Amino acid sequence: MSNFLNSSIGKKFLVSISGLFLITFLLVHLVVNSMILFDSTGVLFNQAAHFMGTNPIIKFVEPVLAIGFILHLLYAGIVTLQNQQARPVDYKKQHSGNSSKWASRNMFILGSLILIFLVIHISNFFWKMRFTGHELLEQGSTDGVENAYLLVTSLFIDWWWIDIVYVLGAVALGFHLSHAFWAGFQTLGLSNIKWRKRLDFLGLLYSILVAGGFALIPVWVKIASML
Amino acid sequence: MDLTLKIWRQADRKAKGRFEIYSIKNISPDSSFLEMLDVLNEQLVRDNAEPVAFDHDCREGICGMCSLFINGRAHGPDESITTCQLHMRKFRDGDTIVIEPWRACGFPVIKDLIVDRNAFDKILQAGGFISVNTNSVQDGNAIIIPKEKSDEAMDAAACIGCGACVATCKNSSAMLFVASKVSQLALLPQGKPEAVRRAKAMVAKMDELGFGGCTNTGACEVECPKNISLAHIARLNREFLLANLKP
Amino acid sequence: MKLNAKIPSGPLAEKWSTYKSTQHLVNPANKRKFDIIVVGTGLAGASAAASLGELGFKVKNFCYQDSPRRAHSIAAQGGINAAKNYQNDGDSVYRLFYDTIKGGDYRSREANVYRLAEVSNRIIDQCVGQGVPFARDYGGYLDNRSFGGALVSRTFYARGQTGQQLLLGAYGALNRQIAAGNVKMYTRTEMMDIVVIDGVARGIISRNLETGALEAHFGHAVVLATGGYGNVYFLSTNAMGSNASAAWKAYKRGAFFANPAFVQIHPTCIPVHGASQSKLTLMSESLRNDGRIWVPKEKEDAEKIRAGKLKPTDLPDEKRDYYLERRYPAFGNLVPRDVASRAAKERCDAGFGVGSGQAVYLDFKDSINRLGQKVIEERYGNLFQMYEKIVDENPYKTPMMIYPAIHYAMGGLWVDYELQTTVPGLFAIGEANFSDHGANRLGASALMQGLADGYFVLPYTIQNYLAGQLNVPRMDPAAKPEFKNALDAVRSDIDKLMNIKGKRTVDSLHKDLGLIMWDHVGMGRNKVGLEAGIKKIREVRETFWQDVRIPGTAAGMNIELEKANRVADFLELGELLAQDALHREESCGGHFREEHQMDDGEARRNDEKFKYVGAWEYKGPGKADELHKEHLDYEFIEVKTRNYKE
Repeated sequence: MSNFLNSSIGKKFLVSISGLFLITFLLVHLVVNSMILFDSTGVLFNQAAHFMGTNPIIKFVEPVLAIGFILHLLYAGIVTLQNQQARPVDYKKQHSGNSSKWASRNMFILGSLILIFLVIHISNFFWKMRFTGHELLEQGSTDGVENAYLLVTSLFIDWWWIDIVYVLGAVALGFHLSHAFWAGFQTLGLSNIKWRKRLDFLGLLYSILVAGGFALIPVWVKIASML
Repeated sequence: MDLTLKIWRQADRKAKGRFEIYSIKNISPDSSFLEMLDVLNEQLVRDNAEPVAFDHDCREGICGMCSLFINGRAHGPDESITTCQLHMRKFRDGDTIVIEPWRACGFPVIKDLIVDRNAFDKILQAGGFISVNTNSVQDGNAIIIPKEKSDEAMDAAACIGCGACVATCKNSSAMLFVASKVSQLALLPQGKPEAVRRAKAMVAKMDELGFGGCTNTGACEVECPKNISLAHIARLNREFLLANLKP
Repeated sequence: MKLNAKIPSGPLAEKWSTYKSTQHLVNPANKRKFDIIVVGTGLAGASAAASLGELGFKVKNFCYQDSPRRAHSIAAQGGINAAKNYQNDGDSVYRLFYDTIKGGDYRSREANVYRLAEVSNRIIDQCVGQGVPFARDYGGYLDNRSFGGALVSRTFYARGQTGQQLLLGAYGALNRQIAAGNVKMYTRTEMMDIVVIDGVARGIISRNLETGALEAHFGHAVVLATGGYGNVYFLSTNAMGSNASAAWKAYKRGAFFANPAFVQIHPTCIPVHGASQSKLTLMSESLRNDGRIWVPKEKEDAEKIRAGKLKPTDLPDEKRDYYLERRYPAFGNLVPRDVASRAAKERCDAGFGVGSGQAVYLDFKDSINRLGQKVIEERYGNLFQMYEKIVDENPYKTPMMIYPAIHYAMGGLWVDYELQTTVPGLFAIGEANFSDHGANRLGASALMQGLADGYFVLPYTIQNYLAGQLNVPRMDPAAKPEFKNALDAVRSDIDKLMNIKGKRTVDSLHKDLGLIMWDHVGMGRNKVGLEAGIKKIREVRETFWQDVRIPGTAAGMNIELEKANRVADFLELGELLAQDALHREESCGGHFREEHQMDDGEARRNDEKFKYVGAWEYKGPGKADELHKEHLDYEFIEVKTRNYKE
């Protein structure tokens, strides 16, 4: 096993498997968040958030998700560092645009941006909901269901630049995913000439959906508040 | 055509290299790129200067020896070819052309534009073969191989070992090279008995020799003169993962 | 010295098995006491080194390229022959043997050729076992195509990259032995001389092309698998580095050189584009399966096409001259290479050529109409692509232009049935020897011969020699004066070259030589031309030794010095080639003497006087080479005039 994890493919296996796990998580996350769009009273979203906060299965998955995140970051970092050492002298002139997509070459930068966003995002919501609590969460909460809706929408309505940060975060995520989706399967060996096209298409669809969805929420909330 | 050439010159492995600028005149657009360099070298020798050393041999795109990074691309600005098949009609009169050697930890520069690709031999020596002694085989038609499998094996086997995949990959990864051999032999029944050992040994050797890992950018596939598909890298990944599942 | 080919007695079909069951062998424990040097890593060299390594011998293998995989066998496109008769079209070992002898215009040795045909089938088996992805049909069985000079489909192929795939198979076997420690590989290393001690080959002197270091290597036997000498013509389908130096050094150390005049001119190459042309690219002979060769029937049409006023696609069929189909109805476009080449030259010389005037058309129009573009693409896609990259014309739409070019050397070091040269302990295999193709080689037979020699012949015959060497211990080259002398001689030769410091580049002199060779010793040869050619070759040689310029030093990598070493030998070999062509007063195979032709322009062989192998012996600097004759006795087949008309 240690041999496996020391190999280049083994490390990438971890990046890929954790990444695919995160891809599943993102979809669930988006479904929950989209409740904000569908019910302007906030009840639907609050129920969903409450479910996610209290359901034992989700509770169990949460630390797994955290480990997934850490593994993904850690091994992506190691792989990137090692890969950089593989070319000690750089080219004077390199036309990479001809042969590969920008996102695929800049996954580490995109990932780092997403990480920065994540810190902001967690401190905005998750941290407050789970650990510190917040006065907005208490307003109008019934039967122990906190008013997460109010916390989220107030932030998006009150701070326009937060909206921009969230849109940019979503865009970075979208680019990251546009490469990650197929690449995750490829690294696991789950691709061939036929499936590559299908997975590429699915990946594009998925990244547009996820990035678009996450970007839409703050924008929607802001615009709705101004109408 | 009149051209300006910016060429990497380096006396030997240890020397510090630099770019030199040369101008060259009256090149026929029907000449190949290497014939253009021949003309430059003739000119240099006449001026009593050392000619530019570059690897080349068959000059018909199959031996895999030629290996130039031209204007930022492995094998230059054309698809599905090696440097020796690149023709000057792909450039314009007055162009400046930057010519560099392959750059990778696994491919140290020997002189000027020549690099040492011995690492590729070593990777194949680690297991890129079927262990069969001369004369210990059965009749050729005793092994039936479905045409699709055999064709796909041939797609992979078309690798010429030029190293363009490594040269173009931002990680200097040799995955496409390794994949072409692992995939070819994994597709054939003859290659099955050693599949586990082969995948493990070749990947270990590739890592040991300083090549980076694959991040699926797909650049190798685009610059590969023989159009070897990333699907073979998927198969290598599969073979390697399965090999590690077996005791 | 009388040449002894050591052909085993007995019926033709039993000679090889008789030999094998009666030859001396080396026992397994003793095998590791023997060092064998193999120079070259093409099909013959790699397969021999690998097979000898498997047997347990200690092998040192040398190549000038950066990897054994790059040897020029890799460029062979079309295929490899074998008498499998998988197609049930009446093939047999005898038929392959017969076709090869006939294709070689009755100038090869019966016993060798029969053995070649006999082992051909095992080659296919061996390669399949190694994972060579030969083309297969939908049932999963091996597929075949047809080639020139045969009435059966016996050519196995891997797309248009058969040579590559076979070489990679042998290279895989070689890699396995390198990993096992049985073969030590020396890349970027050129053989500079052979060390002969008491008349027996005992090693070589090599030069490391990266560092310039000269080294001496001992071997109980030395095997040359160094390919042919086509580059004496400068422009050829050979690789840029392909050279004759190893064979030439062997010649100067006492190995006879046989039939140097027999070089093959391949009919389907891409025509020359200009003065900076460095090599010629072959378009596989397999194209002649589906392509039809023609020139315009009328001279005016040819002139219009050359002037760009008429497109070939606009010329209707009745105004085209499908000259091969016209002259050779039975074989049509699939006549042997020498015949097809000469016919093209004849049409072009008569003023019917297209392009620059030195080209004919190879047209796929009819096949595309009959089979569809997709089938043609599947069969020849990579060749069509290659053509388009070079010529910038789409061969699916407009016919290809082709012209003959130097391709293969049938001549080479004289070897006996055991593939041993006239120097004991020195063997030559593959294209480097003269053995199996007579005056003309059939398509898809070079790969067959290279692998036959390396896998199935030499590993046996060399033991018959080594068994007698058991009492010869490994030598330390540093302790032997002969090695030191050879090293010194090589060093002083290099110094001599470096010190000329003249004005001419090596390439320019090589081009001069090439032009003389092509004009005087090319497709059509005559006495006057050959004599003039010899004179001119000597002049270029003199210029070379007075005026060549090699910048830099001999220490470290020096690409001009590498070329100069090779060209120096070509300049001597070229003369021997012309001399051999001059002495052979007949036309046969690739050797066409204009004085000796039939009324219809076909070759006129002279069996009475020239049914022999002409083996030349080097007598020393400035002395005339001596000709030895190995008479060819055809016991088992009837010698006939080649006829591809009916």
